[in-house]
Amino acid sequence: MTDTPLLQVSGLTRYFDVSKPWLNRVLEREEKQFLTAAADVDFEIKRGETFALVGESGSGKSTIAKMIVGLVDPSRGRILFDGQEMRFEQGAAMRQLRRRFQMIFQDPFASLNPRWRVGSIIAEPIRTFGIASGADINREVGRLLEVVGLSAADAEKFPHEFSGGQRQRIAIARALSSKPEFIVCDEPTSALDVSVQAQILNLMRDLQDEFGLTYLLISHDLSVVRHMANRIGVLYLGRLVEEADAKRLFTEPQHPYTRMLLDAVPDLALSGRRRKPVTGEIPNPITPPSGCTFHPRCPLAVDLCKQQIPQVRGTPTGRAACHLLEEGAVSGT
Amino acid sequence: MSAPIEKPSEKTPLLSVRDLVVEFPTRRGTLRALDKVSFDIAEGEVLGMVGESGAGKSLTGAAIIGLLEPPGRIAGGEVWLRGQRIDNLPREKMRRIRGRRIGMVFQDPLTSLNPLYTVAQQLIETIRTHMDVSDAEARKRAVALLDRVGIPAAARRIDDYPHHFSGGMRQRVVIALALCAEPELVLADEPTTALDVSVQAQIIDVLKEICAERGASVMLITHDMGVIAETADRVAVLYAGRVAEIGPVRDVIQAAEHPYTAGLMGSIPTLTQTAARLTQIPGSMPRLNAIPQGCAFNPRCPKVFDRCRTDRPELIDRDNGRHVSCWLYDGATQQVAHD
Repeated sequence: MTDTPLLQVSGLTRYFDVSKPWLNRVLEREEKQFLTAAADVDFEIKRGETFALVGESGSGKSTIAKMIVGLVDPSRGRILFDGQEMRFEQGAAMRQLRRRFQMIFQDPFASLNPRWRVGSIIAEPIRTFGIASGADINREVGRLLEVVGLSAADAEKFPHEFSGGQRQRIAIARALSSKPEFIVCDEPTSALDVSVQAQILNLMRDLQDEFGLTYLLISHDLSVVRHMANRIGVLYLGRLVEEADAKRLFTEPQHPYTRMLLDAVPDLALSGRRRKPVTGEIPNPITPPSGCTFHPRCPLAVDLCKQQIPQVRGTPTGRAACHLLEEGAVSGT
Repeated sequence: MSAPIEKPSEKTPLLSVRDLVVEFPTRRGTLRALDKVSFDIAEGEVLGMVGESGAGKSLTGAAIIGLLEPPGRIAGGEVWLRGQRIDNLPREKMRRIRGRRIGMVFQDPLTSLNPLYTVAQQLIETIRTHMDVSDAEARKRAVALLDRVGIPAAARRIDDYPHHFSGGMRQRVVIALALCAEPELVLADEPTTALDVSVQAQIIDVLKEICAERGASVMLITHDMGVIAETADRVAVLYAGRVAEIGPVRDVIQAAEHPYTAGLMGSIPTLTQTAARLTQIPGSMPRLNAIPQGCAFNPRCPKVFDRCRTDRPELIDRDNGRHVSCWLYDGATQQVAHD
């Protein structure tokens, strides 16, 4: 096994044009408007680890996931998969690379074609990438269904015959069918009930051990992330504000936003901690605040935060983007 | 108007639900969506109601306020609001109780507000429908209430339309709307599910504080155990349309007695513990047309024994403020179970 990270993302940026139609702009004398879904995002994922991206809605989690699997083109920045740059316009080479990563989506009711039998859904990547042929395909489909805890006979059924959790298992079987090394999981359990969520999370862990998979887990649920990830990146309005080792992120959060997020999570342990009241809401991403985008909600904001976008700096637990970290104002509580 | 019948009980709870049965007649037979659900909510108490999708949480709420979607109907049981039976009231009388005595907060603030009217119009209309006050007085109350639920510059923003507000702010408006007629009970159905965590914490705090201030009881329906843990005094756990366990929040979370509750708690990842695997309950909740005989949980239960497969357990009073519907806690079977 080499030391090159399986996935390297640098300076990843994506704008969306959300302007009004041309005529309206002319008549109303308005400028074009852009929404920055992701701005200068850098991270690396090592082989066999689970890297998680957390953030609230509008933080750019899903856009980043889609850029990595090629469903959305980046406006700027590079994505290296196993040292090779991913450029979706190059056909054959990209196709080779494409087999090696897959995606699991949030809503198992929308991600499976209701008119296809489960067997065909799972067999599609096998056929597309020419992994098996003839009767081998059916054998492979049956094996995959058993791997994810369903039975081989389920291949004959249609998606509507399954519950949400079972459908997510089918989606996982489909993702596994091209024998990928890397799976992007975009909110894989947020449409599921907790007891079913536990089944799916356990299954994902078992599969990781069995096949040596690497995961990029996208979630808004900090407890799920805490349970699954080795390292965690926290996003706020499209920027990576902190990245740290999973355990230490929860014990020694560095960025004020991370602290706020941890304080806001309802506590099942009933430790009786009095959480600090969280203030404000996420600003409109079309007109983000100047400087550090978190400054209007930050209890520690100083003038510098309003003027300058903070650079990412190393911290004892990883790295974070906050002006105050340099001066050591945030350390301690 | 018939005189309210006194309930035979030493201390009348604010809301008392007894053996509530809700059925949906379908072409393939009648589905029983709620099966003998019983619980009480005391004055000023916050009762959490949890369960997975399809367990009947929202249906319980809808049945209490008389808003069951047809063809769903109450097929048995009683609902008492402060000693008055309300499940058999005529529509018109029930309509007066809704809003006046029972306030409602639903999941999606955008659909519970009318987009064509300003917040002021909606609040003033509600206040004047239920209370005998002038327009000016109603407006004054509305502004005070918006201010109380944490809307900045309430006097100016009250004339805005719902789409001018963000999701969190809209939910604050909905809370103001639910509370404007000073109800005795607030029924909050997944009030924070559509919101981000940082906003969720704010809304929960507002709801809890303002209800405590006004002495209103709350029935909080949610699938999020964390929200219940921080908000409720007692919690009722529903499974397949039946109450599995009711008790003080801390007890139920930390020492669940019903095997389903125990499994549910173990399956929730937390921020503090580091188990390599989550406890998992095999299978999933049965569909309404295939609820097993006996205890509804028996095919998935790790502690199942013969009696569970034949007889349905009733809620057993555990004498510690808890009620559990599980044969493990029945004196007669306790021996058998431990053999």
